[in-house]
Amino acid sequence: MSEPSLSPAQTPSTLRIVLRSRSLILGLVLTLTFVAAALISFVWVPYDIATLDIANKIKGPSGAHWLGTDHYGRDIASMIMQGARTSIAVAVLAVGIGMLIGVPLGLWAAARRGSLLDEVIMRTNDLVFAFPSLLIAVMITSAFGPSATNAIIAIGIFNIPVFARLTRSSALSLWQRDYILAARVAGKGAARISWEHILPNITNMMIVQGTIQFSLGILAEAGLSYVGLGAQPPTPSWGRMLADSQTFISFAPHMALFPGLAILLTVLGLNLMGDGLRDLFDPKLRRGRT
Amino acid sequence: MLRVRSLDARAVSTDDDPGFAGGLAKGPRTGNSSNVGKNRENDMIAKISAAGLASVLALTLGAGGAQAQKMDLTLGLQLEPPNLDPTSSAAGAIDQVVYSNIFEGLTRFGPDGSVNPGLAKSWDISDDGLTYTFHLVEGAKFHDGTDFEATDVKFSLDRARADDSTNAQKALFAGIASVDVVDPATVTVTLTSPDGSFPFKMAWGDAVIVAPESIDTIANDPIGTGAFKFSKWVQGDSVTMVKNPDYWGTPAQLDSATIKFISDPTAAFAAVMAGDVDAFGAFPAPENLPQFEADPRFQVLIGSTEGETILAMNNGRPPFDNKLVREAVAHAINRPEIIDGAMFGYGTPIGTFFAPHNPDYVDLTNLSDYDPEKSKALLEEAGVALPLKVKMTLPPPSYARRGGEIVAAELRAVGIEPEIENVEWSQWLETTFKGAHDYDLTIISHTEPMDIGIYANPEYYFQYDNPEFQNLMSDLTRVTDEAERSDMLKQAQTILAEDYVSGFLFQLPMQTVANAKIEGLWVNAPTQAADLTAVHWVD
Repeated sequence: MSEPSLSPAQTPSTLRIVLRSRSLILGLVLTLTFVAAALISFVWVPYDIATLDIANKIKGPSGAHWLGTDHYGRDIASMIMQGARTSIAVAVLAVGIGMLIGVPLGLWAAARRGSLLDEVIMRTNDLVFAFPSLLIAVMITSAFGPSATNAIIAIGIFNIPVFARLTRSSALSLWQRDYILAARVAGKGAARISWEHILPNITNMMIVQGTIQFSLGILAEAGLSYVGLGAQPPTPSWGRMLADSQTFISFAPHMALFPGLAILLTVLGLNLMGDGLRDLFDPKLRRGRT
Repeated sequence: MLRVRSLDARAVSTDDDPGFAGGLAKGPRTGNSSNVGKNRENDMIAKISAAGLASVLALTLGAGGAQAQKMDLTLGLQLEPPNLDPTSSAAGAIDQVVYSNIFEGLTRFGPDGSVNPGLAKSWDISDDGLTYTFHLVEGAKFHDGTDFEATDVKFSLDRARADDSTNAQKALFAGIASVDVVDPATVTVTLTSPDGSFPFKMAWGDAVIVAPESIDTIANDPIGTGAFKFSKWVQGDSVTMVKNPDYWGTPAQLDSATIKFISDPTAAFAAVMAGDVDAFGAFPAPENLPQFEADPRFQVLIGSTEGETILAMNNGRPPFDNKLVREAVAHAINRPEIIDGAMFGYGTPIGTFFAPHNPDYVDLTNLSDYDPEKSKALLEEAGVALPLKVKMTLPPPSYARRGGEIVAAELRAVGIEPEIENVEWSQWLETTFKGAHDYDLTIISHTEPMDIGIYANPEYYFQYDNPEFQNLMSDLTRVTDEAERSDMLKQAQTILAEDYVSGFLFQLPMQTVANAKIEGLWVNAPTQAADLTAVHWVD
C-alpha cells in the first residue's frame, strides 16, 4: 500500500521505455551483424572451408586466422560466417512453415469459434504442443534421416501450434470489436473479414512471436546439429562445431568458444529485439507514451 | 569370417540371434540393481577394514611398512556388450569383457597374437593332418564348481557347429567332421580336410568352452573356467569380476576387476583424468593422447590391432562397378593426411587388406599413391559425368566420421562429390552391411585377424565377385605348406590392390591409456579382448 503504486508515475515508465528501446537497439545490432555475416559469406569468406589444411590444424587465433583453425585446419571465422547461413536459413524456413500453416489455422478456428472444426484444429494443435519439441524433432530426423531439410520440417512443425494458438486467441478478442460487427453487417464473409480486418491487426504480434521463435529455431538447429541430426558435413553448422570441439576443449578452447559465442550472441540479440519490439507494439505502452 | 568386429556392442547381431534379443529382454537386471547398494556397502566396509588393517600393520612394522598393494582395477571400455555369451552373438564387445577373463578355449591368443595352449595343454596331429588329439588340463573347474571335462569340449564344439547354432563364426567349425571323447582328459577332433590353422581357429572368442549345466543362463550369468568369476552386471554401467580362487592355471593378480562402459569420448577423457577408471582400453579420442603422455601419472600404450581401416566401395553398382572409377578414388586418397587429421598421426598406411605386422604382408601402397591428376585422368577415361555424385555412409567411430570428412574433401578435389550421411550402428548394419547394401562409400575397420577371406564372398557388402580370388581363397584352406601359403596370401593381397576393390587407408592402432603403476595390459589387440589375467599394480 505504498504511495507510488497507487498513482501511475510518469517518470519510471518513460525510463523503462528508454531502457527497453536500448535493448531493442542492442538486439538489432547483434542480429544484423550475424545476418550481415551470413550474407557476406555468399560472396566472400576469409578462407575456403571446402579444402582442408591438415598441416595447420588446431591453431589458436592469429593474424592469419582471426579465430584460429579447427581440427581439419579450417578457418573458424569462415566456418562461423557460413554456419550463420545454415542457422538463419533453417530458422527462417522453420518459422515460415509455422506461420504459413499456423496463422491460417488460427484464423480459421477463430472464425468458426465453438464449432467442431475449431475443436479439431485446436485439439490437434494441443496434441503437437504437448510433446517436448526438441524430442520430437530428434524423432523425426532420426526416422527420416538426418539432414538440414528434415531439421527444418521438424522445427517448423513445432512452430505451427505456437502461431495457431496465438492467432486464434488474438483473433477471438478482435471478433468482438464493433468494426468487425460493422463489416459483418456490411455483408463480408468470415474469410474476407479474417483477411482484411483481423490479419492486419495481429501482424505486430506475429512479428514479435516470430522473432522469439526464430531464436528458438536457431537453438533447436544448433541442438540437432550437436547430436548429429542437423545439417550434415561438410555444411558448417554452429552446433556441430561445438560437438566436434568437445574432445579438444582442454587444450584448444578457442574451437568451442567462438561457435558457442556465436550462438549465444545471436540468440541474445534476437531475444532482446523481440522484447524491444513487443514493448514498441504493445498497445498499453503505446497509450502510456502518448 | 563374415564378422565386422566393429566397435559397437549392438552392432553385429542378427535378427535370428536369440542370444542377443534374450540378453536384452530377460535377465537378473532387477536383482543386479537391488544388489548394488548392498555391494557398495560391503565394498565400503571392506575398504575401511582394509585401511584399518593396513594402519595396524604399519604400526607394528614401524616405519618400514609399505602401503598396501592395490588389488582391484577399473578398466574403461567404450562399448557395453548386449549380453555376455561370446558363443552365440557377434558383438565384439562381448569378447572384450569375457575373453580369457571368464571364458577360455582349447587354445588362446597371447598378447602378441601367438596361439598358446589354453584348456588343452597340448595336442597331437595325426600324420594325415585330419585328426587333432587335445590333451586337456586336469583339475580345471567351472565357476559353478562342476568339473571341466572332455564332454564339455564336445558339447561346446557340437553346439557351435550345429545347424541351429547362432554362433557368429560358424566358419571356424565348418571343417569339423566329428568330436569324440576318448577319456575325461582327452578329446579328438576329426576334420574333413587337413587344416593347419585349426588351433588358431580354436583360440577365437567364439570357440570358448562352455558347460551344458549353465548354458541356459549364460547370456547374463556367464560360467566359464577363467581366472576371473563373473560377479555382477549393472546394465548401462559396468561388469564386475572377482578372482577365481580355484583357478587351474596361473591365478589372476587382481582380487577384482570392474569394466566400466563409457561411450562418450569427452566423458572417457574426464574419467581417466579424474582417476575414475584406472585404465581405458582402445581410447576413443587420439587427440587427447599427447596430454596423457605429458602427464607422469599416466602411460600411453600404442600398439596395433588387426583392424584394416578401409574406404569400402560398392563394387556391385555404378559408379564403383567400374574399376577405373575405383582406381581414381584410390589415387585421390592422401593417406598421411587422413592419418594425421583423423588419427592425429597414429596409424600405419596400408595398400591392401592385410595387417602390416603380419610377416606375409606386402607393401602395395605405391599402387594407390596420392596422385590427384591421375585420378582426374582416370575419371575422364571412365567417361563418367562430373561432378560424380555418390553417397558416403559413415558409422559413429571417430576414425570413420573424421576420416570420412577428409576423404570427402580429397574426392571433391578430383570431381567426385560425396554426400555424407552420418548414421548410427544399427542403421549402418541395416542399410550398408546387411540387406540391400544401399551405399556407395563407407569407412570401417575390419578388426578380425586374418580376414582377407571376406573378399571371397560375393554376397558380402563389398559386392566384389572375382572367381580368381575366390579360387585362391578356397585353395588356401587346403594348402598346409608354409612357403606356399605365404605366396598365396601375397598373391591375394596383390589381386585386391590391383583391382582397387576398396580404398585401403590405414591399420587401426590400439591406444590404451593407463595409470603409470599398472603392468600387464595388452599393448596390441590380436583379437578383441581386454585380458586382465596378468594385470597388476606396481609401486
